[in-house]
Amino acid sequence: MVDMTVPNSPATSIEDAIADLKAKFPDAVSDDKREGYSGVIVSKDKLLEVARYIHDTLGFDYLSSATAVDYLGEGNHSNDHLEMVYHAYRTTGGKALVFKAQTDREKAELPSLVSVWKGADFQEREAWDLFGIRFQGHPNLKRILMWEGFHGFPMRKDWHEAYYEQDHKPFDSRWPSGHVYRAEERNIFGKNVKYPADIDLSKLTDISESSMYEGFGMGVEYTQVRDGEGMATDQLIVNMGPHHPSTHGVFRMIMRLDGETVTHLEPVMGYLHRNHEKIGERNTFLQNIPFTDRLDYISSMGNNHGYVLAVEQLLALAPKYTPPTYRTEVLRVLMVELTRIVNHLWAIGFWLNDLGAFFTPVLYFIQERERILDFFEAVAGSRMMCNYMRFGGVFADLPERIRTVANLMNDRVRDFNTMQFLTEMINERIPRTIDELDEYLTNSDIVRVRSEGVGYLSREDAINYSAAGPLLRGSGVAYDIRRAEPYSIYDELDFDVAVQYEGDMYARYLVRLQEMRESVRILKQILPRLEYTAGESVASPFAYSGKVPIGEAYGRVENGKGELGYYVVSAGDKKAAANPWRYHVRAPSFINLTPLGVMAKGGKVADLVAILGSIDIVLGETDR
Amino acid sequence: MNGIGFIKGMLLTLRHFVESYVDDVRYGFKKYSPNVDNFQQRQGTQAAGVFTVQYPDEKVAMPERFRFVPFLVVEDYDHPERPGKDWCTSCGICAKVCPPQCIWIVRSNDPATGRPVPEPEAFFIDIDICMNCGFCAEYCPFDAIKMDHDYELASYDRTTSHIFDKDKLSKEFKYWKTIAPNRAIDEAQARGGWEHKDAQKAARRGGGAADSKREEVRARKEEEQKQPVASAPVAQETKPAAAETPAPAAATSGGGEKPWTDSEEERERRKQAALARKAARASKRE
Repeated sequence: MVDMTVPNSPATSIEDAIADLKAKFPDAVSDDKREGYSGVIVSKDKLLEVARYIHDTLGFDYLSSATAVDYLGEGNHSNDHLEMVYHAYRTTGGKALVFKAQTDREKAELPSLVSVWKGADFQEREAWDLFGIRFQGHPNLKRILMWEGFHGFPMRKDWHEAYYEQDHKPFDSRWPSGHVYRAEERNIFGKNVKYPADIDLSKLTDISESSMYEGFGMGVEYTQVRDGEGMATDQLIVNMGPHHPSTHGVFRMIMRLDGETVTHLEPVMGYLHRNHEKIGERNTFLQNIPFTDRLDYISSMGNNHGYVLAVEQLLALAPKYTPPTYRTEVLRVLMVELTRIVNHLWAIGFWLNDLGAFFTPVLYFIQERERILDFFEAVAGSRMMCNYMRFGGVFADLPERIRTVANLMNDRVRDFNTMQFLTEMINERIPRTIDELDEYLTNSDIVRVRSEGVGYLSREDAINYSAAGPLLRGSGVAYDIRRAEPYSIYDELDFDVAVQYEGDMYARYLVRLQEMRESVRILKQILPRLEYTAGESVASPFAYSGKVPIGEAYGRVENGKGELGYYVVSAGDKKAAANPWRYHVRAPSFINLTPLGVMAKGGKVADLVAILGSIDIVLGETDR
Repeated sequence: MNGIGFIKGMLLTLRHFVESYVDDVRYGFKKYSPNVDNFQQRQGTQAAGVFTVQYPDEKVAMPERFRFVPFLVVEDYDHPERPGKDWCTSCGICAKVCPPQCIWIVRSNDPATGRPVPEPEAFFIDIDICMNCGFCAEYCPFDAIKMDHDYELASYDRTTSHIFDKDKLSKEFKYWKTIAPNRAIDEAQARGGWEHKDAQKAARRGGGAADSKREEVRARKEEEQKQPVASAPVAQETKPAAAETPAPAAATSGGGEKPWTDSEEERERRKQAALARKAARASKRE
């Protein structure tokens, strides 16, 4: 086990840190006294100073999440304002220091914290893009998910999406007189095509592309460099993606090349943006669970887990609350660890694809993945969109057998005893595959030549850029939420935090490999727990129309790709709300892209593809 | 970097290559033949090599919990008392819990009194929007909507054919017992018998009040459709005829006909298992 305590930690607990902060800035820092809220509110003119102090002196070196909330019309506990919520952690472990800054909706301006935590870069851009908060001092404050030139700020409460029907589900038109119609037939263009008042449509030009090339010097600054022999050469701007097989989806990178060397790179994303968070606000709390499946669609069980943990924190505020039973937790950990194995097999496989080993290794790994998915299908009903976890429970206990009767002519039946299948998988098959993978790749000369020393990310950068998961641990930071802030039953399970110190692609590969072994180790401890909790109830006490007590919660889990966090606010009601006021996803795939430019700089184009693969992104989660 | 790791890797690839043919030889080059009982082995944990299921010539049967676009349970078409009757009471819970809001229900009202009748007049699911999450089936208090196993829904026209109406959605209860026999037994245990909750309640009361009410309204509506200028007196006249519907027999407990194709022992075994599970649950509660 990795020792998480640091002897010279300046303040030991969050309470001490907050007291320290208030003593240092008596005028600027005050407690957040709203019901169900925690942390402090920082006045906006002192925000930067306070943030520096939090980072430098109090030692909160890791900014996990920075997101905005629009309190327009909340009325009960907050007046109309925009609020940035920051969750800062120490990489030595422990709870979050939550601090908030409020600003006016009309003239929304806050100081940028990019100079303190570079990990705030994309997150502040997202807040500008979706909420319209202007961050002073941000080096590149452009829209990130929407395109430049888009009118309006989609996450604000008064913004309505296309085919907007009602603020909250369930919609009244569905029952009791639900005469069906197709939204696109009634409303071909959608209802949200809005233009600024002074715009002349005939002269409208698309600025989204040209603004993207700003800073690349295209057409404006003609960049010439001299090569080794003194010959003047041009730098070339190359677009990679959005439709490129190596980008694992619709992701785009604009880069400036000097010959084959990347000198500058900017990721462009949002091609799969569907405003997941706005959908989440329209939904009831329960309805969000299947939507979380669609974030990182490789590991839906993990997504479910983070969300139910966040909402369970809120449910625990109610006078009557039944926590999930032990078996529920055991089942959740079982599913999540299997998902982690699936995720890493997939990540390594596709990283190998990016390195040029086209589909041979992937297929060997997918074989194992298929068997795990067979198990998911038998338990949860779906291979990938599992939708398995519920508040305070799970969908159903394990079936006795993974079987079915054949109902069609050519159906082939798989009939296994579930526990036997699971035991064989965990004890024999998965470890065998991991060993094989190890033998196949770890000492392969080609893999090592291609990946050692490539895509370097230093320890300091990894922390400062809020990198998470194997990316962080591959750079020598032994930070795993399962250990740093244990949730579920991880505090009683025996496992090591995988860590490597080289900070290159090979180190990330080794971290993933090690993590799969640790997952198997956890699963072996889960098996006896499954045996002796058999028969315990796993049903969720949450009714279909259940309400959630007001307050805020940040639930985070160590997902395969990194730290997956859900910031959920229940508000808009005196006691308990049916729909989340704010539902934010701290997506590891999104934030892990922040240091991509740093990692790629100075490398070759061919390596860039593999560097992206070694971060392991899923665009469903990046773009949300 | 002496190339040993590379050679080892190539040997591993070679092993996989050979393994994928070993089974061919073992099963006499008949691994795809329907008569060969090797599927189980090839899809299990002991298998090696690659084994592809030759879709669509052969398919893997779905596990019971598999969920695809939902269907509505209706009484079996050969049911002695209520053939083809909806189990749905149009309470609207599925429409309310549906995350993408793809369920549309028109509740029927008694034209005479204006009161709602526990039966949907129309029921639509837009299958383009349905995300197959299974909440409707999970939260339905009457076991009236279930997730289907039929996943081959592709069609050439998405504008009209992808909004499923009640006719297209309705499937016999028999069908549910075929695709998910164990779950059907569990649910029947929870309901207290094979029949619909309301039917059981009515049977217990002996009169079939709720049920005959439905029949009455239906008969009246049919009458009205036949005569466009139907007036209240006409509807009144049909009333006695509807009231003659025989009260459902009380024999609706655990037994009943079970028309799935399994053997008798298999059924008995499953039933015993379900009973044991129920007993375990009950003892857990105490």
